[in-house]
Amino acid sequence: MYGEFPLGGQPQEEVLPVPTGSVKPATANRLAIVLFSGTIDKLMSASIMATGAAAMGMDVEIFLTNWGALAFRKGDYTTNKRVSADYADFQSYLLEQMAAKKVTSWMENLEGAKEIGNVHIAACSHTMTLFDLQLADLEPIVDEVTGVAAFIERAHDSAMTLYI
Amino acid sequence: MATTYQVDKLVDAKGQSCPMPVVMLAKAFKDLTPGQILAISATDPGSKPDVRAWADKTGNTLLEMVEEQGVFTFYLQKA
Repeated sequence: MYGEFPLGGQPQEEVLPVPTGSVKPATANRLAIVLFSGTIDKLMSASIMATGAAAMGMDVEIFLTNWGALAFRKGDYTTNKRVSADYADFQSYLLEQMAAKKVTSWMENLEGAKEIGNVHIAACSHTMTLFDLQLADLEPIVDEVTGVAAFIERAHDSAMTLYI
Repeated sequence: MATTYQVDKLVDAKGQSCPMPVVMLAKAFKDLTPGQILAISATDPGSKPDVRAWADKTGNTLLEMVEEQGVFTFYLQKA
């Protein structure tokens, strides 16, 4: 019957725990991005977000992990034509349109973002170990290799955090 | 017709797609001194809300926006 609970009685209301740690509100005028993806559609999206934020006067903190870190291997961006697997059928169309519309590459966007704002790019040490990479193996636009704690510390008080 | 401004710097962002117009604007604004006026022209349809948002966020003044045959020209003054 509608309106009756199958086991009788009232549903138990779950009481969520109240955080007790020092969770401070986000205050810094900063955009934090976890860049996990190494396909150009997502790299482009991340680079535009970073560039837009830098133009708007925000600091930008980018953490490169997994495929996101691999995409920054020296010279890789010049030949990277990968797109998200679920849109693989759009690959040639996307590449054609980007060439026809003279869209700036994601790497050029990030270089532009660094010119106009305070943009810090760090590569995940776990990924670097996993793929036997050193900072010198990555494009010079990457500032350093850090662990997740360093990124979380920076993301903690950022006004926005994106996972791309 | 637009008011005539004493333009100190001209930026041509026509044909550039997002986010380049605001990037070029931010870059060009760095070299201006307070009170100076910059004119930037763009064709990207996103530039209309973008330039306004940029001015609001950075505290600079958007004096006027003129739209002519698909070209937006923005006059901005450095705070």
